[in-house]
Amino acid sequence: MHKIYLSYNNIVSSYGFNSAAAVNKIKDEITSLKLVNNKALMPESFYSSLVDKEKLEEEFMSLNSKNAHTTLEKMMILSLSKVISASKIKITERSGLIISTTKGNIDVLEINSTHNEGKVYLSELGKAVQTHFGFLKEPLVLSNACVSGVLATSIAKRLIKQDLFDSVFIVSGDLVTKFTVSGFNSFQALSNEPCKPYSKHRTGINIGEVAASILVTKDISNLAPEAVEILGDGTANDANHISGPSRTGEGLVRSVNSALKEANILASEIDYISAHGTATIFNDEMEAIAFNRLQMNKTPLNSLKGYFGHTLGASGLLETIIGMHSMHKNTLFASLGFDEIGVSKTINIIKSTAAKNLTIFLKTASGFGGCNTAAIFKKVKH
Amino acid sequence: MSSKTYITSYCHIKNNSIFLNGELLYKAPEKESFVDFIKMAYKNLETDYSKFFKMDSLSKLAFLGADVLLKHENVVPEKEENIALVFSNNASSLDTDRKYQKSIEDNDNFYPSPAVFVYTLPNICMGEISIKHKLYSENSFFIFENFNPEYLYAYSEGLIQENKAEKVLCGWVNVDEEEYTAFLYLVTKEKTEIPHTIKEINNRF
Repeated sequence: MHKIYLSYNNIVSSYGFNSAAAVNKIKDEITSLKLVNNKALMPESFYSSLVDKEKLEEEFMSLNSKNAHTTLEKMMILSLSKVISASKIKITERSGLIISTTKGNIDVLEINSTHNEGKVYLSELGKAVQTHFGFLKEPLVLSNACVSGVLATSIAKRLIKQDLFDSVFIVSGDLVTKFTVSGFNSFQALSNEPCKPYSKHRTGINIGEVAASILVTKDISNLAPEAVEILGDGTANDANHISGPSRTGEGLVRSVNSALKEANILASEIDYISAHGTATIFNDEMEAIAFNRLQMNKTPLNSLKGYFGHTLGASGLLETIIGMHSMHKNTLFASLGFDEIGVSKTINIIKSTAAKNLTIFLKTASGFGGCNTAAIFKKVKH
Repeated sequence: MSSKTYITSYCHIKNNSIFLNGELLYKAPEKESFVDFIKMAYKNLETDYSKFFKMDSLSKLAFLGADVLLKHENVVPEKEENIALVFSNNASSLDTDRKYQKSIEDNDNFYPSPAVFVYTLPNICMGEISIKHKLYSENSFFIFENFNPEYLYAYSEGLIQENKAEKVLCGWVNVDEEEYTAFLYLVTKEKTEIPHTIKEINNRF
């Protein structure tokens, strides 16, 4: 059976329009969260990480696209274009496309939107990206709440194993919109300061926006320097509640065990965990319980939400990409916003950025609907 | 590729009727709206699950289809069977998205509800089914322009071959304005008369 790799990648974020722009700031523990005062999004000011729309327009122009695109489409197309050109892969019928998003072009439902309301259909978003790059097969649009970004890598791997494709490009993204901000605010889940995952003083999440893309491939001949092999992955439902995490971390434990079993490694072989860490009271507590049940309480762990906020359907892929660069640099990135431990079980939160030899990392995510996804990645020796 | 997986049962909900393995199980007058039809069906099928009434239309549709099928297959929560859920549709959660958007459109008439917002994700219906049937299993929700049996087939096969699931409850559940359709089928390794192939899936859609 072929090994499958995550390779060339890109992040379009408020840090800039490539992965390195984000990684370099994260290395120096610099957040991209800023106080946003925009009445069209929320009456009160709030902390968020927003892509610079003027710069986005400017960069997007250079792609010479003939079609009228929404903001999210521009972010996604710009991000994916960089991955496709870096990979030097020619799109054929053996090239797949996965779009990972929770709400897609939901902003076109707003009264003053200038776009056709038909753009709100996620298949139309898929088609816009597909058409721009000339993918021959229909894209798979994955909308599985906040695990979408990690689950997308797992789905790409499984479809390559089923011999549907040789390579799958994933592009993920969600915008900060009035829709999502008001929704999380109605749950009283939004923090009025930069979020503090796992802290005693945490008061909730920040919502942020990015588009992140990656190439998943079985071709070892031209991998990116930071490429990783997917050793195993798994998804499990809590079967407990649609909007609250399980008190026992059941689904998360099961998803990690499924990934470990496939990877055929022990929990102790994991060098680093890139966790979900939204900074809500219940999510972070659930994760601490789960990682203790998994005997991973000593494994260095961070949440990257303190850098980008929660980027919804992109977060899992975004954080996987940062994890790849973290391994490549043999550097553990600080879990920004953390001060005093605020969960009932001990976990090893990375307090400041530090050098460490890294070979294998675990990425986890949990979301509404009770879903949990875990994936284990191993550094490729070049 | 020769098929080593099979379809054991399938269920349709459309035109105010519910069919199990092609046979009519319940029919409401065509004039009834979806909202009334699905409640009548729930009562008629003696579903007895009070959480049903707080669900949005997509969850009600998916839940009832899954319930009919899994009951027929004698799936009980106590067994905690490893049945993956692989669902798809065209309209995602748009039916509820539109409702939610109306509640936040006007700043002078702004009443976002968490009980509505939570249903603005299509995978929530799989969460509802998982809770009822105690399925701690794989789930993924895909959006396609039209029903796409090729992807559903390949993905379900992969889940079973890689021992990620014993069985897969697979299909299409779509609610968009007044239009709705559900088609769910259960894929297993136990031999039945229906091989799990793209052609057989298509024939039954």
